[in-house]
Amino acid sequence: MAFNHKHLLGIKDLNKEDILTILDTAESFREISIREIKKVPTLRGKTIINLFYEPSTRTRSSFEIAAKRLSADIINFNSSVSSVAKGETLKDTVLNLEAMRPDAIIIRHPASGAPYFLTTFCKSSVINAGDGTHEHPTQALLDALTIRQMKGDFSKLKVVIAGDILHSRVAKSNIFLLTKMGAKVVLSGPPPLVPPEFKEFGVEIDYNFDNALKDADVVMMLRIQRERQGKNFFPSLREYRNLYSLTPEKMKNAKKDAIIMHPGPINRGIELSTDLADSSKSVILKQVENGIAVRMAILYLLLGGGGK
Amino acid sequence: MTEKIKAKIMDARKIKRALNRITMEILERNRDLDNVVIIGIRTRGIYLAQRIADIIKEIEKIEVPVGILDITLYRDDFSALHPQPVVKKTEINFPVENKDVVLVDDVLFTGRTVRAAMDSLIDLGRPKTIQLAVLIDRGHRELPIRADYVGKFLPTSRREIVKVHLKEIDGQDEVLITEPSEI
Repeated sequence: MAFNHKHLLGIKDLNKEDILTILDTAESFREISIREIKKVPTLRGKTIINLFYEPSTRTRSSFEIAAKRLSADIINFNSSVSSVAKGETLKDTVLNLEAMRPDAIIIRHPASGAPYFLTTFCKSSVINAGDGTHEHPTQALLDALTIRQMKGDFSKLKVVIAGDILHSRVAKSNIFLLTKMGAKVVLSGPPPLVPPEFKEFGVEIDYNFDNALKDADVVMMLRIQRERQGKNFFPSLREYRNLYSLTPEKMKNAKKDAIIMHPGPINRGIELSTDLADSSKSVILKQVENGIAVRMAILYLLLGGGGK
Repeated sequence: MTEKIKAKIMDARKIKRALNRITMEILERNRDLDNVVIIGIRTRGIYLAQRIADIIKEIEKIEVPVGILDITLYRDDFSALHPQPVVKKTEINFPVENKDVVLVDDVLFTGRTVRAAMDSLIDLGRPKTIQLAVLIDRGHRELPIRADYVGKFLPTSRREIVKVHLKEIDGQDEVLITEPSEI
């Protein structure tokens, strides 16, 4: 079970065994968060920088808590109150932060590939916390941990991912991960947001949402990323809601015990009805809880051992 | 690396007798048996802890709680290890606060595992006492630690390897001394 990676840039770079190692390690870490003293000394003396060029509630605080529960020191860098506002480039910012000798840099950036760019000149481990429309590996891993806890064996599952697939890094990381693990993945959404080219990733596409949901074990809803959409990808929000909003009525197509997932933040009443978001089928808060364990596992696996 | 077996130190009968005696000593020293909990250190300590609890149940008709401690996250040699050791779960489903904790491991060597186990345990609560039971004490301590209950003292050289096999995971009960053979 050797995990031989210095960086975590995307699910694409991982094989099935790597993914299982991360999930098993995360499973062991869950217990620490329910202890009275939620801290172990494992990463004492390690410094981690949270470098966020985009807004985030869950991912940033989840990484921060994960690092602290492992006794690492974590520094939060917020681009809006930093020298970035004075025009400093990404490379200069990172070179300056590197001079402070961190062990890992966790980066979220609107440009796809920014984490990879960092690895071309950085000594520290680089962890992708979401880059543009490319990948968001820790989200896919925490989704996988949640699916495995609720449903078991991936190879017997039908997972529907619906909504703005084109702009979603969460969808891409999940597609890579779930197909590697042998799950059947079906995408659905308005055709301009679910281009047929996605079939090359080994998934099926069904633009009829009712059909797509037939016998699904897991339904993963995505947010309409209006901030990334330069032009209109669908005629109106009302039409989108009529066709692709997950309602109790639509959910009847899926299996009786199917679960509903969402990476957050939810646009209530648009992609997901409030009734369902708060129902017992929803595992959204379990995803958030698992996020801590998964990020602890990633930090442990990347920074835990000696000399690479 | 190949290893050659130098001697078989204990068989199933001797292991059973040693555990019986250790259990008697635990009972003798802890009058208030209701306050005792037994915690095995992964991996082989788990099975020895369970066996001690079984013997207590046989003799005293009392079920003593048994827990599992994984000390990986508390090791002091992380920077020397690559790849990272596999982390498994700590499973202690009872409070250790104010309890008389008997830690159980198979071999006591440098004492570093026990140091890590004590730190880990204290993060879970403040036990009244921590006692240490080991099947084999092979010497060569690097820390000021000693066992309260010892199955067998076994003087060894540092080069030698003490192997405890238990039927729960290794198929049979035995203690061997082996030595890495030069190639």
